[in-house]
Amino acid sequence: MDLFKDFADFKMDVLKEVGNIGAGNAATALSRLLDKPIDMAVPKVQMLPFEAIADRVGGAENIVIAVFFRVEGEAPGNLFFILTPEAGKNLLSRLAAIDTEQGSEFSEMEWSALSEIGNILAGSYLSSLADFTKLSMSPTVPALAMDMAGAILSYGLLQFGQMGDDALLIDTTFIEGQEEVEGQFFLIPDPDSFDKIFAALGVPVSHD
Amino acid sequence: MIEEQHIVKVGMAELGMVQNQGLIRTTGLGSCVGLTLHDPQLKLGGMVHVMLPSSEIAREGALNLAKYADTGVPALYEKLIQAGASAKRLVAKMAGGSQMFSFAGTGDTMRIGPRNVESCKASLEELGIPLIAEDTGGNYGRTIELDCETGILFIRSIQKGIKEL
Repeated sequence: MDLFKDFADFKMDVLKEVGNIGAGNAATALSRLLDKPIDMAVPKVQMLPFEAIADRVGGAENIVIAVFFRVEGEAPGNLFFILTPEAGKNLLSRLAAIDTEQGSEFSEMEWSALSEIGNILAGSYLSSLADFTKLSMSPTVPALAMDMAGAILSYGLLQFGQMGDDALLIDTTFIEGQEEVEGQFFLIPDPDSFDKIFAALGVPVSHD
Repeated sequence: MIEEQHIVKVGMAELGMVQNQGLIRTTGLGSCVGLTLHDPQLKLGGMVHVMLPSSEIAREGALNLAKYADTGVPALYEKLIQAGASAKRLVAKMAGGSQMFSFAGTGDTMRIGPRNVESCKASLEELGIPLIAEDTGGNYGRTIELDCETGILFIRSIQKGIKEL
């Protein structure tokens, strides 16, 4: 099923806009939480081979923190909020006034705070999408992991695995100040969800 | 491990083979399973990085055999046999198959790691290849490397460091 081979440019633009709205809302939420401006990069929407997806966060073996949500509702998918461990510590110390310990260890308290921050951001990401598309989308409870990016992200690709060796993802990077990256959102809608998203947005769907 | 050694990298849903003084590696295994077959006499080793337990659910056009446990293990076996390996000498090792995230509601997809492991074992059994070592399960990622000279499987994880099988 080469559903995505013929993804027209304008469909990519629609998905980019979807990412823009979701991540824009999440950036606003983060900006309020931190009480400082948070920018975001223009979302990237790409059909990528599985191997290349982990490269977006520094390679398959790069250690990242991931807050993972399964998106439930009319357009199911997987949503990841990915941070470097340093960005995680940074976020905690400024946001939750938690005096983080040096090193890469996280206490239970820190872990729980990160999970809650992820929850707030994912909630704002998805609720804006739901408003925009009029499709119901809600996140499951957050699941956290700190591990190799490849091991974590592969989990979000399983639904795509059934139909090919590429996945389409919408990825947005948050920027604070000049270039410090605070985090990245990866939305990987299930293959079947694209038609629903397009239909909801009035984009003609045809497979020929 | 010596850096100048020949390293073959196996990506997700791929398989590969190397002979003599070579290493074969796959990185960032989560729920996926990295399974290796080794013929100690020929110093011939192969590895497959399987992602899903069964090809029955495949909806893709041209089936990527390496992606599924039930097709990837036989495909790797065939490749090694064609390269001259003896079916009687082949031994298997595997790692991966973890559950990266735990949720309260555990559906079938959540158990994908353990199911990959089960399916690999079933395939090995069908082919009559002994599984001589495994490091599977848990909730963490692994990078694995097979030394084809010695047949040692190196397993690296951020929680447990380096392990040899």
